[in-house]
Amino acid sequence: MATTSKGLFGSSLARKYWMAVSGLFLCTFLVGHLLGNFQLFVSGEEGKLAFNEYGHFMTTFPVVKVLSYLTYFSVVLHTVDGIMLALQNRAARPVGYVKEKQSANASWASRKMALLGTLTLFFIIVHMKSFWYEMHFGALGLDANGNKDLWTLTVTAFEQWWYAAFYIVAITGLAFHLSHGAQSAFQTLGINHPKYTPIIQKTMTALAWLIPAGFVAVAVFLYVVQPGQNL
Amino acid sequence: MDLTLKIWRQNGPQEKGEMKTYPISGVEQDMSFLEMLDYLNDQLINEGIEPVVFDHDCREGICGMCSLFINGEAHGPGRKVTTCQLHMREFKSGDTIYIEPFRAKAFPIIKDLMVDRSAFDRIQRAGGYISVNTSGNTIDANAIPVPKENADKAFDAATCIGCGACVATCKNSSAMLFASAKISQFSLLPQGQPEAKERVLNMVHQMDLEGFGNCTNTGACEVECPKGISLENIARMNRDYLFASLSSNK
Repeated sequence: MATTSKGLFGSSLARKYWMAVSGLFLCTFLVGHLLGNFQLFVSGEEGKLAFNEYGHFMTTFPVVKVLSYLTYFSVVLHTVDGIMLALQNRAARPVGYVKEKQSANASWASRKMALLGTLTLFFIIVHMKSFWYEMHFGALGLDANGNKDLWTLTVTAFEQWWYAAFYIVAITGLAFHLSHGAQSAFQTLGINHPKYTPIIQKTMTALAWLIPAGFVAVAVFLYVVQPGQNL
Repeated sequence: MDLTLKIWRQNGPQEKGEMKTYPISGVEQDMSFLEMLDYLNDQLINEGIEPVVFDHDCREGICGMCSLFINGEAHGPGRKVTTCQLHMREFKSGDTIYIEPFRAKAFPIIKDLMVDRSAFDRIQRAGGYISVNTSGNTIDANAIPVPKENADKAFDAATCIGCGACVATCKNSSAMLFASAKISQFSLLPQGQPEAKERVLNMVHQMDLEGFGNCTNTGACEVECPKGISLENIARMNRDYLFASLSSNK
């Protein structure tokens, strides 16, 4: 299953460029998503109305809609490209080693990107069914301002221990995925410089752990405080 | 030293292979790994068993012929050494040592531990040269000024001996460290510029045709490379390929 074309489509390097570009774009999406989630720290009627207003804005404002289509496209591209790369990589070594000491020379996350990516994809499907699908196509009640009540759907989901636990495990997997992917995307795009690479690596590695930590913090908050019960 | 060797035996490219166990005693610490295999083969010949086939040539770490995946690592547990420079003092008496050929679809097994690495030669032929006639046309080395830093980096890249440890080590059997070193040694120098775009496009294309895998940036190749070829070269290749793809006329 060798790639045979040259240039920006089809070659081994091109596939990696698309992985890097789509991956980095999805990192910026995560930052935006997390900032939105931070509003869940505000409980009570005030928090509920503000969050639902935000939900309405995010699903109707044209610029955001364009960004969301770009995000769907990036997820599909990153997935399809990733599967093709993984298949090629597997085909490149039809017979494996009897004894292989991979931990001697590479980090665990860097060797398990396909597995971590698959876990993340599974999470995205469940997550989109839970919230995105319900917001767009489900029968959500309306709040006092007439906006769809995404807030109640969200906080009640995280009041269930198993949902919160699944979420935290999946986000931890994402953190490992990002811990390698976010900084390595720069290397793939040819950005490796004695002055800037150490800064890029430190910044991206920090973000790779801080962004998921933010998501987990919101989930833990919702589970512990149970704002849906206290309203 | 008394050792138990577990060695991959395979009669030919199409034959089925398997790990075979050979106990060996009387190995001395000062032996190189290949001398230890010579010593084993002497014993096997005396016992009427076919000796183990393995690649070797200069035995001083410069030819790139020796290979072997020893105890799960290319060229064994040492760093920045080839198998011929690995000595038995790295092991203890009583150890079990797994010895396997470099594994990749692009490196088919010829026999036992010997693999065909001519895929590397074909990548080189696709552009790893400069088209200048040097016979009877010797040019003074300082005729074209080269920044010291670039000269050093080009030299570092050129120290790649093409042994294939990068491919053997990489979980994807990727040849990017090799290809990027062979591209960088020219792209860093003014003499390499006239053919720079075609070189990177053609060499990467040939690498893909050979069926090597892709780069996941695990960095394993750099760790296991006996010559310490840097990942910086892969970034340079990625960069050069991107610009060449965008600006090339073809």
